[in-house]
Amino acid sequence: MNRHISVRYRLQRSDFSLDVDADIPMRGITGVFGESGAGKTALLRCIAGLEQGASGRLVIADEVWQDDKISRPVHDREIGYVFQEPRLFAHLNVRQNIEYGQRRGRRGEVGFDEAVELLGLRDLLDRRVDTLSGGEAQRVAIARALLRSPRVMLMDEPIAALDRARRDEILPFLDRLHSALSIPVIYVSHSIEEVIRLCDYLLVMERGRIIAAGGIQEVLLRADLPLLGGEEAGAIINARAIDRDVGDGLTKIDFDGIEMWVPGIYEAGSPLRLRIRANDVSLCREDSGASTVLNVLPATIESIRDDGESCALVQLAVGSGYILARVTRRSRNALNLEPGDRVLAQIKSVAVKNAPAAGR
Amino acid sequence: MASTLGPLLLSLQLAALTTVILVVLGTPLAWWLSRTRSRLKPAIQAIVALPIVLPPTVMGFYLLIVLGPYGAIGRWWVEVTGEALTFSFTGLVIASCFYSLPFAVQPLQSAFDALGRQEVEAARTLGASELDAFFTIAVPLSAPGFLTATVLSFAHTLGEFGVVLMVGGNIPGETRVVSIAIYDHVESLDYASAHQMSIILVLFAFAVMLSMFLANRRLERRSR
Repeated sequence: MNRHISVRYRLQRSDFSLDVDADIPMRGITGVFGESGAGKTALLRCIAGLEQGASGRLVIADEVWQDDKISRPVHDREIGYVFQEPRLFAHLNVRQNIEYGQRRGRRGEVGFDEAVELLGLRDLLDRRVDTLSGGEAQRVAIARALLRSPRVMLMDEPIAALDRARRDEILPFLDRLHSALSIPVIYVSHSIEEVIRLCDYLLVMERGRIIAAGGIQEVLLRADLPLLGGEEAGAIINARAIDRDVGDGLTKIDFDGIEMWVPGIYEAGSPLRLRIRANDVSLCREDSGASTVLNVLPATIESIRDDGESCALVQLAVGSGYILARVTRRSRNALNLEPGDRVLAQIKSVAVKNAPAAGR
Repeated sequence: MASTLGPLLLSLQLAALTTVILVVLGTPLAWWLSRTRSRLKPAIQAIVALPIVLPPTVMGFYLLIVLGPYGAIGRWWVEVTGEALTFSFTGLVIASCFYSLPFAVQPLQSAFDALGRQEVEAARTLGASELDAFFTIAVPLSAPGFLTATVLSFAHTLGEFGVVLMVGGNIPGETRVVSIAIYDHVESLDYASAHQMSIILVLFAFAVMLSMFLANRRLERRSR
């Protein structure tokens, strides 16, 4: 059985064209990343059947939803669409909003109580929707979409319209969805931070086209993607906490037998997703001993690519994973760095992004 | 008193019937106008709006011709029912529907325009067919528009004069509505009766408008 959502669409507008062909895994969260106007929303709308002029082919696992001959109408596509705005129905209360899709859908994986529990809506059920905060309203919208029993969830920047505090309030709920449910999610975002925290797979879009696709670690290492380069360039590492030093507020982590200290206290054994920005990694030939840098890892240079006017982006193999370092071209020449060289990577800072979902 | 009550009741009857027909027929028309990208839209909108700017006598004149026993609709009606449409209550209802059409369609269309696509799209992605989403989402969310359309159609039909005079004439119990009766009383210098009817109409119109604005305020507060 095909475990993919296979999407192929063309859409021509006077000021914009979309031309995509992608296989999206039927599990985990797939990020669709790109600048505004890159066609991310248009892609979701095509999948949902909301774009009238779109021609193409859409296959969910083994079910054909659209091709040359057929096109399921919007209400026959089992999707849970979470828009950028909550789009709640003002004449219905929270409970009635949540039940709207449930009453029209098949019986699915998620029950009313579970959805209400997952999104922490128990105390809001009898409220009028105009009394909800932005974050609460978006949680209701997510529950409403879940109870439609979708084959796939489509989320279009669901937290972009919220302020920082509300965003931080919603993110844990998205993490919970990720770990508690097996519904695949296509998550549109223009925030690399969100993508790094939430996503397992990534599609990068530019001017209506997909310019990169794959596992998130792999795609983020691709320094040739302008969006992911420069200040934002960096790598993601999935690691596991093995020890901690409560006094210093540090946790020791392990990935592929390589150990590092990261800030924060985490339960031993818990999986952690780390982000190491290329700007926070410097390279040296030999260990000089005393240094304020906690983590110095032996690494092998995989490739070197110019980045900007004066810098170079160095891709390093560490264990079986990769990290990126951003160095000046002058330093590169001074140290005579070439692919294949063994170097030491000094990692000045590591951010713990998220404990990724346990594998299912 | 019977001569006061008769025209008043007839007017109310005419207005109520016209309003029901207009809301039923005007809703799909307004929805289409609000959603369509057709090039015909401006033309249809202009036709719908015509009764606002045309002198009622002009509308009445053409309706008289079309509904008359030699007109397109009138002849067919005579063949089917054996009765003439002009100078009958039925003819009056049909004429009123044309005359008050913009007062039903325009508020509905503005309400549908203001609603936008967002909620209806959300409902569609939640498994609602187009018709389902229309009745369960678009209609309730446009309640203030429906209220305005109802009240304006009703009040406007109640106050119509020129078209009635042309198409319906002045037959007691059939086409002698309150505005005609008042005109009649004034013509025959019976100012007392004219006063009586006029003041009832003024008070009634004020009460209707007041309750509409009060109800609208509540509806808007509810759906905000």
